[in-house]
Amino acid sequence: MNYLLGAFKPACNVSITFTDGKNRKQVPIKKDNGQTVMNPLFQSQETIAGKVIIEPYQGKKVEHNGVKVELLGQIEMYFDRGNFYDFTSLVRELDVPGDIYERKTYPFEFPTVEMPYDTYNGVNVRLRYVLKVTVTRGYSGSIVEYQEFMVRNYAPPPPINNSIKMEVGIEDCLHIEFEYNKSKYHLKDVILGKIYFLLVRIKMKNMDLEIRRRESTGAGANTHVETETLAKFELMDGTPVRGESIPVRLFLAPYDLTPTHRNINNKFSVKYYLNLVLVDEEDRRYFKQQEITLYRLKADTSSV
Amino acid sequence: MIADDDEKWLAAATSAVKQNAFYMQRAIDSNNLKDALKFSAQMLGELRTSKLSPHKYYELYIRASDELRSLEMFFRDETARGCSIAELYELVQHAGNILPRLYLLCTIGSVYIKSKDVTAKDILKDLVEMCRAVQHPLRGLFLRSYLAQVTRDKLPSIGSELEGDAETHMDALEFVLQNFTEMNKLWVRMQHQGPAREKEKREKERNELRDLVGKNLHILGQLEGVDLVVYRDTVLPRILEQVVNCKDELAQCYLMDCIIQVFPDDFHLQTLDVLLGACPQLQPSVDIKTVLSGLMERLSNYAASSVEALPNFLQVDAFSKLNHAIGKVVEAQVDLPASASVTLYLFLLKFTLHVHSDRLDYVDQVLGSCVSQLSATGKLCDDKASKQIVAFLSAPLEKYNDVVTILKLTNYPRVMEYLDHDKNKAVAVIIIQSILKNDTRIATADEVDALFELIKGLIKDFDGLTDNDEIDEEDFQEEQNFVARLVHFLYNDDPEEMSKIIFRVRKHILTGGPKRLPLTIPPLVFSALKLIRRMRGGDENPFGDDTSTPQKILQLLTETVEVLSDVSASELALRLYLQCAQAANDCELETVAYEFFTKAYLLYEEEISDSKAQVTALRLIIGTLQRMRVFNAENREILTHKATGYSAKLLKKPDQCRAVYECAHLYWAEEGENLKDGERVVHCLKRSQKIADAVQQMSNKSRGASSTGSVSLYVELLNKYLYFLEKGYPQVTGETIQSLAELIRGETKKAESGAGSFITSTLRYMEFQRQQEDGGMNEKYQKIKMEWFE
Repeated sequence: MNYLLGAFKPACNVSITFTDGKNRKQVPIKKDNGQTVMNPLFQSQETIAGKVIIEPYQGKKVEHNGVKVELLGQIEMYFDRGNFYDFTSLVRELDVPGDIYERKTYPFEFPTVEMPYDTYNGVNVRLRYVLKVTVTRGYSGSIVEYQEFMVRNYAPPPPINNSIKMEVGIEDCLHIEFEYNKSKYHLKDVILGKIYFLLVRIKMKNMDLEIRRRESTGAGANTHVETETLAKFELMDGTPVRGESIPVRLFLAPYDLTPTHRNINNKFSVKYYLNLVLVDEEDRRYFKQQEITLYRLKADTSSV
Repeated sequence: MIADDDEKWLAAATSAVKQNAFYMQRAIDSNNLKDALKFSAQMLGELRTSKLSPHKYYELYIRASDELRSLEMFFRDETARGCSIAELYELVQHAGNILPRLYLLCTIGSVYIKSKDVTAKDILKDLVEMCRAVQHPLRGLFLRSYLAQVTRDKLPSIGSELEGDAETHMDALEFVLQNFTEMNKLWVRMQHQGPAREKEKREKERNELRDLVGKNLHILGQLEGVDLVVYRDTVLPRILEQVVNCKDELAQCYLMDCIIQVFPDDFHLQTLDVLLGACPQLQPSVDIKTVLSGLMERLSNYAASSVEALPNFLQVDAFSKLNHAIGKVVEAQVDLPASASVTLYLFLLKFTLHVHSDRLDYVDQVLGSCVSQLSATGKLCDDKASKQIVAFLSAPLEKYNDVVTILKLTNYPRVMEYLDHDKNKAVAVIIIQSILKNDTRIATADEVDALFELIKGLIKDFDGLTDNDEIDEEDFQEEQNFVARLVHFLYNDDPEEMSKIIFRVRKHILTGGPKRLPLTIPPLVFSALKLIRRMRGGDENPFGDDTSTPQKILQLLTETVEVLSDVSASELALRLYLQCAQAANDCELETVAYEFFTKAYLLYEEEISDSKAQVTALRLIIGTLQRMRVFNAENREILTHKATGYSAKLLKKPDQCRAVYECAHLYWAEEGENLKDGERVVHCLKRSQKIADAVQQMSNKSRGASSTGSVSLYVELLNKYLYFLEKGYPQVTGETIQSLAELIRGETKKAESGAGSFITSTLRYMEFQRQQEDGGMNEKYQKIKMEWFE
């Protein structure tokens, strides 16, 4: 019985650990099945080192044609699921072909790895980093083990960060001027601003500020755009009179935002917009959308 | 229908608030910050409703804000446990809906200020700015009201625990002022929400909310740091700016009143210019009179309550400022109804009376201003305005309690001229009542003139109003009664001045017309007679002035009373003549007295035709004549003879009988030496008895034995006899009385007499006198031999 089962089981247990795994920060990531798992967090130019442990099941021997570990940066499109495009691929040979009789540990190291993109989990696209250990075997199939890890890169505050200021309106009906204090915000930033009402001839119910994410995948004719509203934040209740100015103060922290990604490897882009929406008493919506750039500031390593 | 829905919605919202409050409380109990925030936000989300009327919304708000108190405690506990308050302050702002977010922000903000981690100024500024986000009037008002409420005890004013240098308390001030401004804007804007046809209802609802706005002013009023300088330089200008600029009637009216009521009196006094300067800038529809009158009333009370305040009033020249301001207002508001402007002057007058009661010229000035205002409108037909004028004119009376003072106000009668006849009379009555109540003496002729000028509404008919049909007779009597009483209050100890007064009064009274004269002349006559008696008692007139001798006055009275007979009040005239005659008698002016009698007799003969009136008049004549001592025998004989003659000519026999026996007295006077003509007395009594006999015979004939009338005549005669017997007149003998008594007995035997008790008591009296031991009366009675007594 044991023997029989053993025939279908992999002959050995492969595990991958990181050298500083105990101390390194772990961040959660949502898997396809909806479960959240914690993965270690890295950033570009870091050295990724660790051990691969191969432990054959009791009394078994593992014949192999070599053991290797790869570090892969992959982009997966959901319309082409399962087909990964590797933009980064590094390999370390851990063992020459032979037999493994007992537990064996292989240390490995990828020094100062270039990982230019952040891990990203979008609607139609996923970018991930993974360590892949392969125990190559001839006829009985190779044994493969993956270990995902997260990458987040930090940006310095932009040297130029103009405010967004704009006057919009519908002739003889509504005329407003709005101002957001910056055009580039880090992920824990707060959007400050003001909405000036220059002319009000409609009766308003409320005014909201929305944060919208626009994810475009593919290129050319195959471009696919998906827009999500991540935040809906009420700014104003009721109808103001002419000359009134309404304050804007929106904390970005509570929302699940990522930095703006522009043309990642020619595969996809993620952009963010502030959408100012006025709703009148007949539920008509008047809105104006403005792009903002999000970036990850070094200081905010502490949370999500 | 709508109200029902209102109830339903309120009930639903209330239960949602309750439910969320319950969960919130549970989260608080288990220190679950996240849930506490979540459920509190949900609870506050109920306040986002637009369905409730302000009244119901208020109920909901109270419920929710009550619940927030435990959240505030929780926040405080959280910070005590080490939670960063700055983080909390951010955390509450994650709420997606604006209204719950701001309620939570205010709540945590108040805790933040208390913690002193930041300056109160920053938080207050942030809160009041952020609250701009709620532009819905109703919800905004309540939100800001909540803000005012939670920060109220945390304002960094001088003396509060949050340190207060001059800088920080100005911050607090700035905060309250800004919150006030915003609230007022929202409140004013409310009127434009919703359909035009419900405007009235909306304004009513809006009025119910006014105290939310006014609360800010209360807070300002109680801020310790607000002293006169701050008030004058910052608070008042800012408030007034808002009040003027909002251009809303309801708000302006309420807020002006609020300012006046909330801030201390001496502030008002010192900033009178500014406050009054705002008045003409208000909307024309604003009920400015209420505002100003409130102010003046307050200042009046202030002046009344503290003596130290008075110099301040003078220093700032409050009176002329107010007077000026009212002038401006009246000028600015063209269609201000007369009643309103009069009310304004009324309050100014009250103010003046309180503050400058010693400055009659001020009072007169107010009256003058009122006159010039009224001159534009002409005579007042508006009932309300007239009432106000009556109050206006009564005010100085009530204050000074002295009509003489009022008489010095030259503009007083000019104001009265604008009243219609009825109101004019009403004021006149008030004036007289004041005199009567306060026992005011009007002591000079000039005052009398002025007074009668004031009350001329009562004294004479007005042109075009001679038709008295609609005048209520009773009211008229009442009014004239007042005039009559007034006459007695015109008094001066100096006879000369007094006689002048009488001359003047007469002049005025004589203009009264036939209806008034019978009521007003008698008091004048009596007043004059009083004077005459006084003159007789006093020394000779040292000045030898013609006008003030008794003769002159009596002469005047003759003429006066004569007027009465012209207006067919002959009986009254007759009485007055007789009174005058007595006075002349007292002054020993025989010819004058004779003259009066002559006039009385003439009246009797010519004017008095009613038999009953004749009887009465004759009795008066007899009574008066009996007391006259001044006549010589000849004159007296003539008058007496005449009177006796009249007696015998009366229509009814019993009347004749009685009059004749009364005449007996004319021949017999106790004091007068020359007046004891016993023969004539007996003659009269005999004649009287004859008439009684005739009456008796007639009645026996006509009604058989059942008559009683003449028996009582006999008894009356018997009594007369007894009187003269007691007086000791020799011609009245026992036999005469005895025979009369017999006669009476005879008559009474014939019939049961109704005069039985009269007879019995007369007999009992006689018996009593007979039994008397001393006084010699028994002797006289002994002469009467009567079997009756057995």
